[in-house]
Amino acid sequence: MMIGTFKGGIHPDDGKALSKSKPITLLEAGNELVFPVSQHIGAPATPIVAVGDSVLVGQIIAQATGFVSANVVSSVSGKVKAIEGRLTVSGSKVMSIVVENDKRYETVKGFGNARDYTKLTADEIRDIVKEAGIVGMGGAGFPTHVKLAPKDPEKIDTIIVNGAECEPYLTSDYRVMKEAPQKLISGLKVMLSMFPSAKGFIGVEDNKPDCIRILAKMVENEKNIEVVSLKTKYPQGAERQLIYAVTGRKINASMLPADAGCIVDNVDTVVSIHNAVCESTPLIRRIITVTGDAICDPRNFEVRTGVPYSLLIESAGGFKKEPAKLISGGPMMGNAIYDIDIPVTKNSSALLALSKDEVAGLEPSACIRCGKCVTACPSGLVPVKMYEYSTHFDEEAFEKINGMECYECGCCTYVCPAKRPMTQAFRQTRRSIMAKRRKK
Amino acid sequence: MDKKLLNISSSPHIRGEETTSSIMLDVVIALIPAGLFGIYNFGINALLIMLVSVVTCVLTEYFYEKAMHKPLTTHDCSALVTGLLLAFNLPSTVPLWIPVLGGVFAILVVKMLFGGIGQNFMNPALAARCFLLISFGKIMTDFGIAAKDGVGAKLMYGMSSNGYAMVDGVSGATPLAQVKAGQTAHVMNMFLGTHAGTIGEVSAAAIIAGGVYLLVRRVISIRIPAAYIGSFLVFLVIVNLIKGDGVNVNYLLGNLFGGGLLLGAFFMATDYVTSPVTPSGKIVFGIILGVVTGIFRVFGNSAEGVSFAIIFGNMLVPVIEKYTIPKPFGRELVK
Repeated sequence: MMIGTFKGGIHPDDGKALSKSKPITLLEAGNELVFPVSQHIGAPATPIVAVGDSVLVGQIIAQATGFVSANVVSSVSGKVKAIEGRLTVSGSKVMSIVVENDKRYETVKGFGNARDYTKLTADEIRDIVKEAGIVGMGGAGFPTHVKLAPKDPEKIDTIIVNGAECEPYLTSDYRVMKEAPQKLISGLKVMLSMFPSAKGFIGVEDNKPDCIRILAKMVENEKNIEVVSLKTKYPQGAERQLIYAVTGRKINASMLPADAGCIVDNVDTVVSIHNAVCESTPLIRRIITVTGDAICDPRNFEVRTGVPYSLLIESAGGFKKEPAKLISGGPMMGNAIYDIDIPVTKNSSALLALSKDEVAGLEPSACIRCGKCVTACPSGLVPVKMYEYSTHFDEEAFEKINGMECYECGCCTYVCPAKRPMTQAFRQTRRSIMAKRRKK
Repeated sequence: MDKKLLNISSSPHIRGEETTSSIMLDVVIALIPAGLFGIYNFGINALLIMLVSVVTCVLTEYFYEKAMHKPLTTHDCSALVTGLLLAFNLPSTVPLWIPVLGGVFAILVVKMLFGGIGQNFMNPALAARCFLLISFGKIMTDFGIAAKDGVGAKLMYGMSSNGYAMVDGVSGATPLAQVKAGQTAHVMNMFLGTHAGTIGEVSAAAIIAGGVYLLVRRVISIRIPAAYIGSFLVFLVIVNLIKGDGVNVNYLLGNLFGGGLLLGAFFMATDYVTSPVTPSGKIVFGIILGVVTGIFRVFGNSAEGVSFAIIFGNMLVPVIEKYTIPKPFGRELVK
């Protein structure tokens, strides 16, 4: 049952006008590329090259370790300069393979060859996706081959392409849907071929009517694919809200989309599936929005993974105002970064430079129990109480009031008139509880 | 880029525009129609009481925080709202020491001593009103004399020779009291507000206008007022049916527009601090208020019942919240 929206959520200023009209431009890499072995959820990959080795474009340089993990593929050819800890978005150093770019872009054998996916079995496709190192490119970075290997493949009846792009400022998915819809649909068809009983949906927020029109026109004759117009509201692109809006089914924190018969993948991820399967090109590039009021010329770039954020800023004309805050990702769920010498990874969706930090200098005041956080919470929680328990370190009460259902979308904190840093507290409490659960 | 320090913080990195003071100012704006009507109806004395009440409330908070070396919170405008609401709950005839005493009680005893904004378990303005009502019953229920000053009173009652408005020989009986005594309510006058009562409660039209503003601005949700008013009317109908009186529309409208019901339902029962935060809790809270108000009005000595009903409801809020924690998304059916 199509619902097209969800309960709760917020309507922040979307800021998309800055970069919406800018076509994707290809950015060439610099001299040094950095590939962290952990740019996905799950076990870090294990480097399989040594310092001094030559590598090629498309060569696996770190191998997935275990089931939930992902390969890391070199996006350039050149020499491995170092394998060492490098600063990443997370704010800490992560083991990374540093490649000196020889600018010759020599590729591995078979790279870029056309391939007919209809001649492949589901297992073969899954292996290609795994080899290509594809992970969820919307931000979470969950290994895609794991999503494509549900316990009960027969039960999968819905494949959803997440084109909601509900985070303010982000326009990379928008540009992809506008500029390369055929790749998106091809990627979706590849996925559908793995699950014969599934129907494909492309969910797009209705603030992108042009994308909806283009995609709907292209799937006119595809009886197995439908474009769904979703109400524009944050966090429409959150997995649970998206599944609900498209199918009317609900999943909670302890369930996977597959439990509701769904597989959900972001736009850029589905395009990457097309690239890997149909064009023998592993995940070596991504689309990234560089924007914000401090950026001279906000743009959408296609970049090789491993290039530094500093290159993105330079290519967008540098700063026109002193930035107060740099954010990797969107303003609602992205990470604030303190250095621009960090690499673009598979799940870097945007670089946002704001000249004014709205949060610094906010003095939280007493809670007036207005309940706006309760209304805004898409998960139907009571953030006001969760915050009370969080700040009192009462993890038992926090869990009892369903705190572990929170996925830190930030809606409560956005609406709070007393400006209380609730999401931050929930994040800490949830980490602490999860760490204790792992110990058991 | 030179190494200028960048700000780091946990997401989200943007915030909505609403603040505590912007919400409180919205409430003040919503109170303006009722306040203006109060001045129109009761004359300059009403304005004076409002000013004294507001100034007392704000100054009490200010001096308490200064004396206790606490951060000042007067800029959040909540004391302003309390002051206005307290004045709205007073007859226009009260001497000015009444709003002073009430304001100090509301802010100092009910609010600050329990921890300041967000911590009081009773609505400060209503608690002060009840305190004054119990302590100075005669002053607090004397509605008559003032009717000579206000323009509206003159329109309604006409001017008797001595300049005092007299209604059915009972000086200053509120229409609600008349309804309780079995008289027919003048519904249109009650809707407009040209009758005796406390400063802010008389005009149903002005209060509804303010209530609609609060709803449109999403300062309050419809849950509490709707549940409150709805359950109150249903209660009256049931009582009437049991008594065998049948459904008397005039009686119902008289009870709806008369007394503090609308002011209470839109402005007092919806007080954030003293009402439940859970969506279903708001409905339970509203129903409790409706029934208790009905009991007080039908079976009590006084024609009024709203203030005590809301204070009573305030006490139950923690319990209501405890049992109305919503089921999270995707867990509605699972245990």
